[in-house]
Amino acid sequence: MADNGDDDNQYRIKEGDYVVLKRGEIFKAVQIQPRKKVIFEKQWIFLDNAVGQLYSTTFEILSGGNLKPHELKDSASPLDAVEAGTDNRNIVDDGKSQKLTRDDIEALKEKGLKGQDIIKKLVDNHATFGDKTEYSQVKYIKKKKKKYENTVMILKPSCRILAMMYHGREPGKICHLRYDTLAQMLTLANIHAGSKVLVFETCAGLVLGSIMERMGGYGSVIQMYPGGGPVRAGVESFGFPAHFHDTLHEFPICHVNALLAGTLDTSAKDPTAENADEKQLNLAAEKEQKQPEAEEQGTPEEESMETNTGDDAGQDVEKTEKDKLKEAKAQVKKLRLEEKQRRLAATAALLKGRNADGLVIASRFHPCPVLLGLLKFLSPSRPFVVYSQYIEPLVECFKKLRECGGTVNLRLTDTWMRHYQVLPDRTHPLLLMSGGGGYLLSGTTVATDHSKPAGSKQAEEPAPKRQKLEDTEG
Amino acid sequence: MSFVEYSDFIQDGDVAILYLSHNNVMPVKVQQGAQTQTRYGVIRHSTDLIGQRYGSKVTCSKGWFHVLHPTPELWTVALPHRTQILYTTDIAFITMMLELKPGSIVCESGTGSGSLSHAILRTIAPTGHLHTVEFHQQRAEKVAEEFKEHRVDHLVTVRNQDVCKDGFGVTGVADAVFLDIPSPWDAVGHAKVAMKKHGGRLCSFSPCIEQVQKTCEALQDQGFEDISTTEVLLREHDVRTVSLPLPDFGPDPETTEEATPAAAPNHASITLKTTTLPREMPGHTGYLTFATKPRT
Repeated sequence: MADNGDDDNQYRIKEGDYVVLKRGEIFKAVQIQPRKKVIFEKQWIFLDNAVGQLYSTTFEILSGGNLKPHELKDSASPLDAVEAGTDNRNIVDDGKSQKLTRDDIEALKEKGLKGQDIIKKLVDNHATFGDKTEYSQVKYIKKKKKKYENTVMILKPSCRILAMMYHGREPGKICHLRYDTLAQMLTLANIHAGSKVLVFETCAGLVLGSIMERMGGYGSVIQMYPGGGPVRAGVESFGFPAHFHDTLHEFPICHVNALLAGTLDTSAKDPTAENADEKQLNLAAEKEQKQPEAEEQGTPEEESMETNTGDDAGQDVEKTEKDKLKEAKAQVKKLRLEEKQRRLAATAALLKGRNADGLVIASRFHPCPVLLGLLKFLSPSRPFVVYSQYIEPLVECFKKLRECGGTVNLRLTDTWMRHYQVLPDRTHPLLLMSGGGGYLLSGTTVATDHSKPAGSKQAEEPAPKRQKLEDTEG
Repeated sequence: MSFVEYSDFIQDGDVAILYLSHNNVMPVKVQQGAQTQTRYGVIRHSTDLIGQRYGSKVTCSKGWFHVLHPTPELWTVALPHRTQILYTTDIAFITMMLELKPGSIVCESGTGSGSLSHAILRTIAPTGHLHTVEFHQQRAEKVAEEFKEHRVDHLVTVRNQDVCKDGFGVTGVADAVFLDIPSPWDAVGHAKVAMKKHGGRLCSFSPCIEQVQKTCEALQDQGFEDISTTEVLLREHDVRTVSLPLPDFGPDPETTEEATPAAAPNHASITLKTTTLPREMPGHTGYLTFATKPRT
């Protein structure tokens, strides 16, 4: 099974691929498109030259924004033959140590000097560099490298990278779900190939995508979505093969009650019907059309604006043509709606058995009604996990579940995480750490017991005094 | 039943998990005619388990409990300890940071009690493979037996050898390598050999910072990139209802006479739902060092 040279093809960057740009700890998800400008760290980049290169290649950004594979990293560090001080008693912060001015540096940059050479110049022109301790010198160079090195690495997306990217760039879009918390969720919910998992998330599709990655295209994922249509921009960024999407289903939570009551009508009807239900669906279909664009990862705004102004050029179209277009659009809409109804019926069939294998909730909604509503679709002895940025709503869920029964192994947890600097004689925790990664409520469903025996341990709202007794119970 | 596939009903030969209470979970090998003693009384497999639905309640003479379908997470809290084991919090983080998914080829050493192994197998099934190396012969045999009982043996190869001397027994196949051994720095070279030419991810788990230090140096020497060390801890919040008494400042002359009697009951208190953190909790498991092997 050893990989030989010829299966390198699977590791090559292709046009249309979803990739992640990386510099240091900064990530950005983009799609490789011909002659498309991408802004990364305040720089314009064209990714065309990356096509055909291998993933995980580091590229140099040339003037004009084109990429060129970075030559082997030169190991020669600029401080090879420099002496070092023993401590900082002679270092004075007078701002006069660096002889190069801003303008000098800009001039060097314009001359096309590479990062490595600029740093060399900075060191050479630093009056007291030799007085700095060895450690301080390394730190100085590291800092300057970050500032002047003009490279970008192109990575294949993964749940790890995207979770770290979202957490670092746009935590608000993913309800501040920290990556280690997401890791806990995927494990606590026992996500694996071949199962049937329900997902309710408003994390831009990150949670959904992570679950799909762990299922590897086997089994089914049902996205229970609020509002007009499912939000899945983040799923795109994973760049899944097409067959993964066949395992993805969606169901609007506004139909859950109807489904449970057995009154859900999934027959394809005339979209013009004055039915309230239909109207809602109509609206949903429309929204769905717009949503993927509006919610696109990264920087969709400039993008859509550009295309809009392009359209404006051909503004005076004849009325008849407009009408034709309208008709065609209506036709498309109708087909879309029919397709949607078909999908709704298929998903309803998947849910009807109430035999799902797992439930994952991570949203900005109050988790209590969501959890209680969706737990009904799980088989007994299956795990569920609920994320919330706040602990109080989960406390409420916890209490409710205790009251209702039907669950065991309830745990309300959060994780504490910190990173370390590991260097010879300089190992210590990093000075900054994340203050919190949100809270999780996890548990396992059990068969509900209709004939409640006398003296049941399934206590109602427990009095504080009975706490001890409570503790020993599932 | 299998650790990588759910079933609905308990069958002869399954491994089921008896969920007795929050901190009392026991695995049981289901056998026609067998009996198991629990703290709630004896259960008879033929009548109490076989043919029942996973998640059902089993009533005994002294109480009742639920019988659950096994998962790697339940196994982690139920398994017989032959060594120190990895717990779910670390396992979850390792799984994500090693980028494990269906189809991944993984190398692991040592196998220990198999806590992490089961979680890896669950994630890489149905098309991945785990090569696990354990230098202790009895442990290697025992865990191989368990993999069979848990119906995941088709996904795993157990080797009884010393990873620091003999490596993983495979070359150029692994997407990810996990090390939980006393001297991981001695295995870093072997890890590199086992990994795919294109590259992959490595994790080393060590309780001591000195081990981390040496491992990081070895990783750097072997050309690994993106080396980072992290610690993850679980905090479990205990949900409870508490009642906080309100102090009595005596009658307030400013308030109207009518309000006074109602506002000053003798034992006024406020009841609220809140959480507390345990008085003591595991404060250290180990440092997790991750690295990326670049293309070689």
